[in-house]
Amino acid sequence: MNLQILLFVILSLIAAVSSVMMITRRNAVMSALFLILNFFALAGLYLLLNAQFIAVVQIIVYAGAIMVLFLFVIMLLRTDNEPSILNNNKSLKYFAIALGAFVFIQVAYLISYGRPSRKLTPNEELSVKVGTIQNIGKELYTNYFIPFEVAGFLLLAATIGAIILAKKKFE
Amino acid sequence: MSSIPIEYYLILSTFMFIVGVIGVLIRRNAIVVFMCIELMLNSANLALVTFSSYLGNPAGQVFVFFVMTVAAAEAAVGLAIIIAIFRNKMTVNIDEINIFKW
Repeated sequence: MNLQILLFVILSLIAAVSSVMMITRRNAVMSALFLILNFFALAGLYLLLNAQFIAVVQIIVYAGAIMVLFLFVIMLLRTDNEPSILNNNKSLKYFAIALGAFVFIQVAYLISYGRPSRKLTPNEELSVKVGTIQNIGKELYTNYFIPFEVAGFLLLAATIGAIILAKKKFE
Repeated sequence: MSSIPIEYYLILSTFMFIVGVIGVLIRRNAIVVFMCIELMLNSANLALVTFSSYLGNPAGQVFVFFVMTVAAAEAAVGLAIIIAIFRNKMTVNIDEINIFKW
């Protein structure tokens, strides 16, 4: 069996199962831990797609920074477990799940059997070259320079906003 | 990469997005709802990276970088809002947070 297919099956199974586990755990900390597992599986999939830079950033930024922030807030607020996921508004929640499954089947059918307008012929060497940090950095600082600066400004605004929001009570 | 059909990645991405939507609809803890939104953003990222890699075009991966920036900003501000609401109402259950309802 091809190693790539084996790795893809393992990583995608981890990603799918951990995402389902994440929304069904009653404890918020367990949800966060399963989400981190999901992010690690996604980073592996990015490596499989030759996107090295994105894989590393996924682990550093998502699994490292954002999820630590989430865990910190969960433990800070000491929220109690939900009594049961499907307890109140039962019919509405079953309806949500059924609707989600229906939309998933529709989209999966379209992706698998819809007539593609153009057959994609992947070019392995090109995609290895595209995913390197040199290439992404060159793109960021040339073609996408203004969006890059705007992203920096957005982060500054978010930092200031978070400090002001968390500083005192709503008036 | 070339031995795996692009459809597999797209179906995995769709599945994760739908799981995120269902999580937003059925969970009552505001922090978990936020985490489901992160899951949806990540499934979109997977689709972007897949197309970028199969087409050999770096634009998708640059966009994933920007999506991650926005997600970080959104998480910081959103969690600050949740902390502020918790101080006022002493709960993060979104069934009990209905201050805009009349």
